[in-house]
Amino acid sequence: MTPALAVIIGVFVLAIALGLMARRGHVMSLEQWSVGGRGFGSVFVFLLMAGEIYTTFTFLGGSGWAYGKGAPAFYILCYGAIAYSVSYFLLPIVWRYAQTRRLVSQADFFVAKYESKTLGVVVALVSVAALVPYLVLQLKGLGIIVSEASGGVITQAVAVWTSSIALVGYVVVSGVRGSAWTSALKDVMILAAAVGIGVYLPLHYFGGYRAMFEAVEAAKPGALTLPASGMSPAWFISTVLLTATGFYMWPQFFAGVYTARSENVFRKNAVILPLYQLVVLFVFFTGFAAMLVVPGLKGAAADLSLLRIVEQSFGSWTVGAIGAAGLLTALVPGSMILITAGTIISQNIYRVMAPAASDRTVSLVARSLVPVLTLVAVILTLRGGQTLVVLLLMGYNFVTQLFPALILSLGERQRVSAASAIAGIVAGELTVVFLTVTSASVATLLPGAPQMVKDLNVGFVALAVNAVVLTVVALATRVETPVVTELARTR
Amino acid sequence: MRRYRWLAAIPTLGMLGGVPFANRVHPYVLGLPFLLAWIVVWVVITSLVMALIYLLDSRRDAELASTAATSPDDSRSS
Repeated sequence: MTPALAVIIGVFVLAIALGLMARRGHVMSLEQWSVGGRGFGSVFVFLLMAGEIYTTFTFLGGSGWAYGKGAPAFYILCYGAIAYSVSYFLLPIVWRYAQTRRLVSQADFFVAKYESKTLGVVVALVSVAALVPYLVLQLKGLGIIVSEASGGVITQAVAVWTSSIALVGYVVVSGVRGSAWTSALKDVMILAAAVGIGVYLPLHYFGGYRAMFEAVEAAKPGALTLPASGMSPAWFISTVLLTATGFYMWPQFFAGVYTARSENVFRKNAVILPLYQLVVLFVFFTGFAAMLVVPGLKGAAADLSLLRIVEQSFGSWTVGAIGAAGLLTALVPGSMILITAGTIISQNIYRVMAPAASDRTVSLVARSLVPVLTLVAVILTLRGGQTLVVLLLMGYNFVTQLFPALILSLGERQRVSAASAIAGIVAGELTVVFLTVTSASVATLLPGAPQMVKDLNVGFVALAVNAVVLTVVALATRVETPVVTELARTR
Repeated sequence: MRRYRWLAAIPTLGMLGGVPFANRVHPYVLGLPFLLAWIVVWVVITSLVMALIYLLDSRRDAELASTAATSPDDSRSS
């Protein structure tokens, strides 16, 4: 056994042990399993929120984008900071409402605000459609990382199956507590691994950071700035805004909010998380170093750039540590996705179909769904073809469509009808599917528009359709607001 | 009124609004090409601004709590 393999297996066993131990002293009701009994302090919520930023996408995709595209990768650093500053104001409102109503899922929030179980079902379906491909993405990344880091000793299939079985084990046993505990281990590993290699590689190969960037600019002129068309500043700004809009619409993120003990947790996190996100900078450094040191990876293979340069530059121990960190970047978000999807299906779909079901049954259904969902994801990971890529592209835009209906529900009085929210979401989702399947862009939709408009992220088109349909239906099905309340409000 | 909360909009406006102008390699700042340095600086400013709002909010909450404790009827006036 190589040292790399020993490190990966060691960290894996440790993570599973932590995940299983996290249950101790807690009876697993649905509320405990899904949202940790709403008892998490700043540190745990921080770990869950940070656990969501450093997914396999950040790790492989962040370096892959820097490697393959250059400066457009910087958008990854921007949207988080913006989403966090919004979170300071948004999340306490969400948390307060969820706390008093004892909500366990994001769909619950819509059900309670709009007093519509049908809207809950719609939101639940959207969530699952976005979550399953996202889980597949994590498992795919996990397979690549572990098989690369083990030097091919562990095949992708073995890595995916073994991790999935372990994942099911600790998710069923410990719920979101397991995610929080493994997240602690993950953050230590990521900080050490990502920062370590990001600091070291530019110094080792180029003698400094500026020297590295100058070499990049010499080898690939224009790689460090945004191009005039295509991924231009207009693309950059619109993509950052759209991604920041969708950020907290991810159901596992939204439900993560419910785990907090007090609303002050979010305010503290809004201060710390932007700084913490700077770790991505070191992932970029690695990608840029790889651009010159291990050139020639094209297209999707660019995502392997981080692993390739690590293999070439370090001994087996370090490769193992990177592999283990990568493994954890898949396990933690994977566990949160499973918990969220299980909760949503049992709470917002099953309970609606079987209104007589007891809390105990719903909780049981939620946990029983975990192995089923995992099996679906594993099969898609190992067998999935082109369809999967399309689903992944749609995932972020899918959840972003929940944004207008959510924002409109934040006031103290519900002003728009459930019918309008449903109409807006359905219209938005259909637009997303249409745009993705036809590979449309603003340039293909509006060929005569100025270049700046053509470069705008096409996701805004779906959001606009959503907003227009929502408004039209809302005006047609206006919610009667009692005059007395109106007067009371204006005073 | 908590008008200072509008400060939170500054980092977003600065970061994104500046991108078309900051889209250049030179001058290097702390070893980073200008565009990347621009973004990093604004990420740091985001944290600082949020910390400032957090402090102001905490002070305000404490004020409101003490006003409410002394004269419950008057807690809205400040």
